[in-house]
Amino acid sequence: MDWFALSPEEWTAVRLSIWVATVATLVSLPAGIAVAMLLARGRFWGLSLINGLVLLPLILPPVVTGYLLLILFGQKGPIGSFLAAHFGIVFSFRWTGAALACGVMGFPLMVRAIRLSVEAVDTKLEEAAGTLGANRLWVFLTVTLPLIVPGIIAGLILCFAKAMGEFGATITFVSNIPGETQTLPSAIYTFTQVPGGDAGALRLTLVSIVIAMLALVASELLARRANRRLDIE
Amino acid sequence: MMLDVDVKRRLGTFALDARFTAGGGLTALFGRSGSGKTSLVNIIAGLLRPDRGRVSVGDATLVDCERGIFVPRDRRRIGYVFQEGRLFPHLTVRQNLLYGRWFAPRSERRDGLDHVLDLLGIEALLDRRPGRLSGGEKQRVAIGRALLANPSLLLMDEPLASLDEARKAEILPYIERLRDESKVPIVYVSHSVAEVARLASTMVLLSDGAVAAAGPAAEIMQRLDLFPLTGRAEAGAIVEATVEGHDDAFGLTVLRSRAGSWRLPRLDLAPGTRLRMRVRARDVLLATAAPEHLSALNVIEGVVTQLSEAAGPIVDVRLDCSGEALLARVTRSSVDRLGLRPGTRVHAVVKSVAFDRRSLGGPMGDAADV
Repeated sequence: MDWFALSPEEWTAVRLSIWVATVATLVSLPAGIAVAMLLARGRFWGLSLINGLVLLPLILPPVVTGYLLLILFGQKGPIGSFLAAHFGIVFSFRWTGAALACGVMGFPLMVRAIRLSVEAVDTKLEEAAGTLGANRLWVFLTVTLPLIVPGIIAGLILCFAKAMGEFGATITFVSNIPGETQTLPSAIYTFTQVPGGDAGALRLTLVSIVIAMLALVASELLARRANRRLDIE
Repeated sequence: MMLDVDVKRRLGTFALDARFTAGGGLTALFGRSGSGKTSLVNIIAGLLRPDRGRVSVGDATLVDCERGIFVPRDRRRIGYVFQEGRLFPHLTVRQNLLYGRWFAPRSERRDGLDHVLDLLGIEALLDRRPGRLSGGEKQRVAIGRALLANPSLLLMDEPLASLDEARKAEILPYIERLRDESKVPIVYVSHSVAEVARLASTMVLLSDGAVAAAGPAAEIMQRLDLFPLTGRAEAGAIVEATVEGHDDAFGLTVLRSRAGSWRLPRLDLAPGTRLRMRVRARDVLLATAAPEHLSALNVIEGVVTQLSEAAGPIVDVRLDCSGEALLARVTRSSVDRLGLRPGTRVHAVVKSVAFDRRSLGGPMGDAADV
């Protein structure tokens, strides 16, 4: 079983990947819910523009997305320099940048899953809550939000999976620095580029498969529980 | 508590322009499908904005378009029981019931949970989820949920429309109790004559988005000129009666009303019980001489007061039977043959088996007398 033991560098890549994907997913969640609500319920000019903007990373080549991030959020980029100067948040060549790239790539999938479940919510239930004295915020918290939990779970899993597998945008934006921005896909890619790296690549591939399976099973269990609570017959 | 509505609203090609007031007890908003009943209650509840007009409950102005007042739905304190129940599927029955209480000011929490559970007979359902309730149970929970938010007015939009006859019969007594025991005025939307006859003290008749008539339910339902709107086939008189006793040998119940005594297939009611029943015009025959050798058990004497003026072969005749109004539907040919005109003395014959059991209801409670 020695063959299967991960080297410290490989462990670092695994841990970093999970960390980056988790941060990317959780930080995207509030924005994902807000944008999904806006797209499902909003009625104003420019809605399709927002929809297009959100979906763009799904359609663009990841390298293009990564390059755009580099231009906007890099050290000299307008947003990047502003955030660095005022909040001390630096993205370029940091794990935060990897998380940003992963989040941006996973965001359309998350929004889409949540949006579908928002559209399935019966607005008549929200009206009923209103007549019972709940204002808009309370209606959202006590009726809408619990009813879209299955969609939120699906969105989280999709976003997490996308983030775990993100390669193109990450490597373009924050390069491939071991211990800082080298996630699983980058590490596997690196192994395939050096002689004798096959074993390492294969080990990390197996790890990727295990993580993906675990995420899938977890989502299945959570979704089943949520559906049972909703008593969907 | 007085509900005062005077609103206009355009919805596509349909124009709602309605004005009415409602006091205590149960006011029925009656009209055919598409007459604007639901739009009207949605305006009262704050789910729909009128283009122009006012809505007020008691001293509180809820909508006044001229003065730019529009109280949002969550601050109106108006209970709404929807046709489809609209229970929250993710909450238990208990959580559904207590939902509105949460948002009511502590000082105004009147009706306790226990009282409502008892009133609606839903105690056993508390820990279930709405998905596991029958249609009738759902509606009872929906009524309880609206009541527990301590509304100053309760709107019910065809709460029985989605239920079968057996479920309707299960819920109607609860609505009667609600009308008589709680002090909350009720606006009840319906297109069922039987329900209105049984429940309503006051009636507002809607037609094409406008109020065609409003007043005491018994009066409106007997107005011959309104039959095209109230529905001719279902037209009839509401008779208040008291159970006198039972004829066990033949399985009959004897009722007494101002018009005379009635014999009906046995009802499980104690002697002395007051009730109201609807006698459909199409179930009443007229004779100018006391009929003999007749199977029908109910023969009531009266005087013709009015004949409908419609041109067709059918004539509706209104009778005064010792102060109780009855309606009869006969052919124009019979009117001619019998020489019926206002003042003619007649005998109204009603088959005992013709009574509409669905419309048999309790008497109007004191609170409901308008």
